[in-house]
Amino acid sequence: MRRAAAGLALALTGALTGAAAGCSAGEDDGTRLRVLAAASLSSTFEELAAEFERTHEGVDVQLSFGGSADLVAQVQEGAPADVLATADTATMDRLVTEGLTDGAPEVFATNVLQLAVPAGNPAGVRGLADLDTGSSTGAGSAAEDVDLVVCAPEVPCGAAAVRLAEVAGVRLSPVSEEQSVTDVLGKVTSGEADAGLVYVTDVRAAGDAVEGIAVPEADQVVNEYPVATLADSDEADLAREFVQLVLGATGREVLDTAGFGAP
Amino acid sequence: MRPGVPRWVLVPAALGAAFVLLPLVAIIARVPWTDVGTLIGSDASRDALSLSLRTSAASTVLCVVLGVPMAVVLARTSFPGQRVLRSLVLLPLVLPPVVGGLALLYTFGRRGLLGETLEVLGVQVAFSTAAVVMAQTFVALPFLVVSLEGALRTAGERYELVAATLGARPTTVFRRVTLPLVLPGLASGAVLAFARALGEFGATVTFAGSLQGVTRTMPTQIYLLRETDADGAVALSLALVVVAVLVIGVAHRGRPGGAL
Amino acid sequence: MTLELAATVTDRDVEVALEVADGETVALLGPNGTGKSTVLAVAAGLLRPDRGRVVLDGEELTGRRLVPPHARRTALLAQDPLLFPHLTALENVAFGPRSAGVRRRAARDRARGWLAEVGADDLAGRRPGRLSGGQAQRVAIARALAADPRLLLLDEPMAALDVAVAPALRQTLKRVLEGRTTLLVTHDVLDALLLADRVVVLDRGRVVEHGPTAEVLARPRSAFAARVAGLNMVRGRWSAGAVRADDGRAVAGSPSGPALREGDAAVAVFRPRAVSVFRHAPGGSPRTALDVVVTDLEPHGDQVRVRAGDLAADVTVHAAAELDLAPGVPVTFAVKATEVDVYAQ
Repeated sequence: MRRAAAGLALALTGALTGAAAGCSAGEDDGTRLRVLAAASLSSTFEELAAEFERTHEGVDVQLSFGGSADLVAQVQEGAPADVLATADTATMDRLVTEGLTDGAPEVFATNVLQLAVPAGNPAGVRGLADLDTGSSTGAGSAAEDVDLVVCAPEVPCGAAAVRLAEVAGVRLSPVSEEQSVTDVLGKVTSGEADAGLVYVTDVRAAGDAVEGIAVPEADQVVNEYPVATLADSDEADLAREFVQLVLGATGREVLDTAGFGAP
Repeated sequence: MRPGVPRWVLVPAALGAAFVLLPLVAIIARVPWTDVGTLIGSDASRDALSLSLRTSAASTVLCVVLGVPMAVVLARTSFPGQRVLRSLVLLPLVLPPVVGGLALLYTFGRRGLLGETLEVLGVQVAFSTAAVVMAQTFVALPFLVVSLEGALRTAGERYELVAATLGARPTTVFRRVTLPLVLPGLASGAVLAFARALGEFGATVTFAGSLQGVTRTMPTQIYLLRETDADGAVALSLALVVVAVLVIGVAHRGRPGGAL
Repeated sequence: MTLELAATVTDRDVEVALEVADGETVALLGPNGTGKSTVLAVAAGLLRPDRGRVVLDGEELTGRRLVPPHARRTALLAQDPLLFPHLTALENVAFGPRSAGVRRRAARDRARGWLAEVGADDLAGRRPGRLSGGQAQRVAIARALAADPRLLLLDEPMAALDVAVAPALRQTLKRVLEGRTTLLVTHDVLDALLLADRVVVLDRGRVVEHGPTAEVLARPRSAFAARVAGLNMVRGRWSAGAVRADDGRAVAGSPSGPALREGDAAVAVFRPRAVSVFRHAPGGSPRTALDVVVTDLEPHGDQVRVRAGDLAADVTVHAAAELDLAPGVPVTFAVKATEVDVYAQ
């Protein structure tokens, strides 16, 4: 019974992947470097990948962006990859404990939260205090009218928001706890929300659509971005070189422009 | 005696069935059975399940209220541009739900087409449970309309014509002849709509947001839980599968020999 | 409750005018696809005529606003009983009264009465799925009558029934149609004879003949009426004691009714029974001889009906065998002049 099911599964996989194989078979046999990176790194890593390809003749850097937890899960399920950069250390640590990284990850950038408000700041938000719904402060009733959107505590940006509220001593009552920073930003740029807690790099990337309001206490809740080469990498040397690029002066410059802090 | 099917058909048919069933088997194999009670019993999970059931029921009612008249108009009248209208109305069937969510946002959102009017009326749709119901209705409505329009066309107009000559006004004909005749089609359409609403994710997160007990439905909760607690996500998925199977099962029982 | 109907439906090429007097049953006869059902649809309000008017009981139904079917009180009964499958026989019959606002109990009582009237009171609790064709049609008749129609429209109500159940149902119809204004579409001579006071014959969308049933069937002037009445007919002009057709056939006969003058359009009508069949033309007898080719043979009572185009002859089985008749065989149809009725068309 079990063997029959397994056989059927194999036949099925064969049938379904047979078609897909046709699409990827035609690739040149140049060297490929597969880099998985957190979604917030997309613009910076695209720049760095181009730089890497320029200095490494015949190397093709394939970038794949997603939520940190998704990327980690993909590696755990055996997706082929050479380098992984996540938006927090907690998710990366899951791979370290399973021995799936090649050596210890290194932090290459930091990011802090900022308040993003729609262009023109319709609700007139000045800082976290305006969003405090704690009963002790007099601002409570006004804060009720401001629609704040944050990340859900389950995802790194949401965990950071919770800690930020603790550090700042405010009580936040968001109308929505979104899946990702992109979702938070989307609610702010569309004007649905009056304010959102996102990373300073997101505010910068969003351009004129949103305005950033710095939160002083954010410096105490720093998000660290680790990068690591993966144990299953077929291109370990190249992978290490890519990590060096990220950690080096070029990487620093590119990340700095995007708003990332130094570790 | 049936004429039978060509034997070779069985191979792709079995392959197709396996393609649908194996992933189900795979997820059930991953269920952490010992903890399943605690995982599903958590406040967040219970809230999500209850919200999902309530919003799906509400959107199914809304689908029936709006979709039955739509199907009747599409099946029983003809007017210029009807074909185009039908295609457009069924668009959510093929539209990625996220696009549907964006479209709703641009319509009912604060800065949307109707947003200012709604604001003046004191109605704020965004981040409310009503927004979830709207997103679900948007994606589920075409299922009910398609299914019912088919039933109406199959039933034909002959009974309705006879009823009219017997002196029944159009409303009486609709209530006492049309509706009872297409009841099975309406039931399966409603079940499809409910199932679609239950599984709705993309439009909800885009349009309604995600807050426990208010807008965070089962699919959203599963997707979020996956970030931190893969086991919990699997357990919740199981709960959703069970609910879906129950709904389809009940609908089947209601119609002996009937297929969805 | 008189009906005056004049209607032109261009895309079906129908242009018909007819009247049904109060309490009268008029049968619409005619070949398939000739517009009979179109006429019923116009009367019921299911089809808007391009031109024309329908007046029922002095009420204009085709004014600027077409009176809708439900406001006409013209119950329609078709070949298919079309009982509502989700209702019992009793509920089906009660449907008309209920639609007219009669309370449930009263409507049911009335429905029971009508079921009894058509001899179907024992079927009250059954669903249509559990009724035979004849039973369903009885219930359908009761349902149409229970709606208290000013005009009853019957569209071949017995066409789909077994030969075995049709006669009983025909008797029932005869009883309940008594005194009702009815328009009946049929292709069956028995329906016309038993149920209709008058017949209107349609051909290709036009009225070709009308009159009291017995008269039309006895002295048909249209080919279709002759066929329905089971009579041979040759149409032509009266000349030198015979009706001469365009194709050269001539049938001698004795004129009846108004005197015919030479060259008048006339028909010669004779029964198949009066025709003798020969392999070779008999010489010197005072009979009309028509050279024909056998197209078909069919049993007809205890005789054999020999068809040759639009003519027919009835011979004994013995004679048919002796003559070695078969389709394709050339024969001569002979008929005595005294057996041929000639009258103006």
